Amino acid sequence: MSEDVTENATEDQPGRGCAVVLGATSPIAEAFCRRAAEAGYSVFAAARSAEAAAAIAADVSVRSRQSTGSCAFDALDAATIEAVFAQAEQELGRIALVLVAFGDMGDVGGADVGGAGELEAARRVLDVNYTGAALASEAGAGALLRGIGGSQTGDVPTLLGIASVAGDRGRQSNYAYGSAKGGYALYLQGLRNRLFKLGVHVVTVKFGFIDTPMTHGMKTAIPIASPDAAAQALLKAARKGTDVLYFPFFWRFIMFIIRSIPERLFKRLSL
Amino acid sequence: MTDAPSSHPGWVEQELYGWGRYPRIGSLVARPESQRGLVAAATSAASNGDSSSGLIAHGLGRSYGDVALLRNGRVILTRRLDRMLAFDESTGVLRCEAGVSLEDLLEVFLPRGWFPPVLPGTKFVTVGGAVANDIHGKSHHADGTFCDHVNSIDLLLASGEMVTVSRDQHSELFWATVGGIGLTGIILAVEFALRRVDGPWFETESIRIRDLDHFFEVSAASTGFTHVVSWIDTLAKGKRLGRGTFSRGRHAVGNNQPVGKGLFSKLPLTVPIDLPNLVLNPFTLRVFNEVFYRKQWRAETKGLVHFEPWFFPLDVIGNWNRGYGPRGMIQYQIVVPPDPEHRAIRTVIEGIATSGMGSFLAVLKEFGDNAHGGLSFPMPGVTLALDFPNYGKPLFELLNRMDRVVAEAGGRVYLGKDSRLSKEMFQQMYPGWQEWKAVRDEWDPTGRFQSELGRRLGLVQGPVDKAEEAA
Repeated sequence: MSEDVTENATEDQPGRGCAVVLGATSPIAEAFCRRAAEAGYSVFAAARSAEAAAAIAADVSVRSRQSTGSCAFDALDAATIEAVFAQAEQELGRIALVLVAFGDMGDVGGADVGGAGELEAARRVLDVNYTGAALASEAGAGALLRGIGGSQTGDVPTLLGIASVAGDRGRQSNYAYGSAKGGYALYLQGLRNRLFKLGVHVVTVKFGFIDTPMTHGMKTAIPIASPDAAAQALLKAARKGTDVLYFPFFWRFIMFIIRSIPERLFKRLSL
Repeated sequence: MTDAPSSHPGWVEQELYGWGRYPRIGSLVARPESQRGLVAAATSAASNGDSSSGLIAHGLGRSYGDVALLRNGRVILTRRLDRMLAFDESTGVLRCEAGVSLEDLLEVFLPRGWFPPVLPGTKFVTVGGAVANDIHGKSHHADGTFCDHVNSIDLLLASGEMVTVSRDQHSELFWATVGGIGLTGIILAVEFALRRVDGPWFETESIRIRDLDHFFEVSAASTGFTHVVSWIDTLAKGKRLGRGTFSRGRHAVGNNQPVGKGLFSKLPLTVPIDLPNLVLNPFTLRVFNEVFYRKQWRAETKGLVHFEPWFFPLDVIGNWNRGYGPRGMIQYQIVVPPDPEHRAIRTVIEGIATSGMGSFLAVLKEFGDNAHGGLSFPMPGVTLALDFPNYGKPLFELLNRMDRVVAEAGGRVYLGKDSRLSKEMFQQMYPGWQEWKAVRDEWDPTGRFQSELGRRLGLVQGPVDKAEEAA
């Protein structure tokens, strides 16, 4: 409970407070839950499905013997997002780490430009990936601010927001998703600036190819990283206070090149 | 770019193979992230294609042959279903999803003083695979098989329903699923008991074995050890037939001294590419076997060892199977019932020694009395496991001859390692197959669950058989 000063300490290590993960069912987020517990955080898993979130929380608690909690939320409903943080604080105490991991690739970019189905699909993609993610980050920042000064280990309370390399340049195949993620990256940038002097850190995360359902069976010359490696990179970024994390690291260079292609040329390409 | 559309279970064309890397078979493959995703994938498989194309689960691919492969069918990879659902600290009973590996179990539970109930020769197998192949280890005579420690299994049926089966609940389906090589349904979760141990250490003894009779002598005198195994030189003939090293051990009591984390967990060595076929040839095999035998130069040695190199000597070398080259390898494991004169096992070892095709490493061990029937492999007697480079036809002819010796002696071949056994031989070796098939057919009347091995052995009907029947 929040009054308990020993937090979630175990025999091996001091407690670090609670890590809240929104969108815990993605393979990267799930691996993050396991790694965060291993590193000494209690874990609160939130997902669209209460059942799936509970299974992840159970797994983390069996593996690590850390305290865990879980609940369902709806990325399109800000009240349910706020409820996640309230419940996490109530059940597990001070919030020290927040991961905003949910997203929806959607299915926009078909033949029917501007059609009714297209508009509906685009709205959902924008709402989940921009509005939902931005509001979750705002609420998460509030929760982290409430826990400031409570750390026994001297960790800086940190918000990790998963944007995307797709947000670095608009492309025909996924510009609805890309623009929402690009906007979300800007939101995180502003939030980082605002929270800096208040003592909360914000990491903007841009993943390249990770071995998830999205890339399963994909034939590519670019190496694909495991979700667990991605999760470890997230924890390391939080520890080191990284501002913008590209993972695997070479995606920073790939996206630099892609951003550098002149628009007159880029609009003719199908990358 | 990250724009492959897929929030629903995607099927992709992929070539799969077992640990022997022979045969290699293309299928449509899905890799769900959760039980719910797996059920969705199985359902979409049923509605997408004609149901005769079949479906089989595939874990970490450590079965050697074609038991988890399916031509013109669909394969569901279970490795992402790796959640540990509940653990009782007082009894050691764990409920987990089917894709949890034994490596995972060791990593999480050994530091807390719990050990998997049975360990085979590698830790890279899933719990689902351990049940489907009813795996055994060095401790079979003391602990039985993995399934002897299983309380219940959650199974996805052909109908799309989920059932929990146990010794009391649908017991006939429970026993058909134990060693049922995935043909009764897809294993979603398993509840089983871990074992209390003081630490990772084993008290072991190694004894140099002169010949086959000496092996049986030492084996009979090793009842005080929970774990026994022996490596033999399959190239030794005549008086030296069966020479090798006998290894026996037990969990060390009172020694809970931990080891540095990651000492064995990282693979320091790996075979990164296929070695040329020629690397393992009759000459190099002879040298290897000689060296391995000479290594035990004292008649007897004792020691306290960490369990990992003792249980998993080959896990230290990542992808060691690639050492056999692109042709792949054939693993042949048999068991023959007890016989005071050891005729059948002698004939098999002699046959292999004479053939000159040899084996890289051969393992010999006496099983305990525990047997499960159905398609489960272990039965009372002595078991021999051999690796062969896939020499093709001459090897297959040799093994066919050995099959007849084994079948006549009342023994059998391990299906989890097989890729070539004939239907006729199989039916002699597994006299309970018809009862097993009757249970299977009752729960899967349309034959949704199939595998290459199942089709070859006449346990399920592939599309071709069905077409023939219709015509």
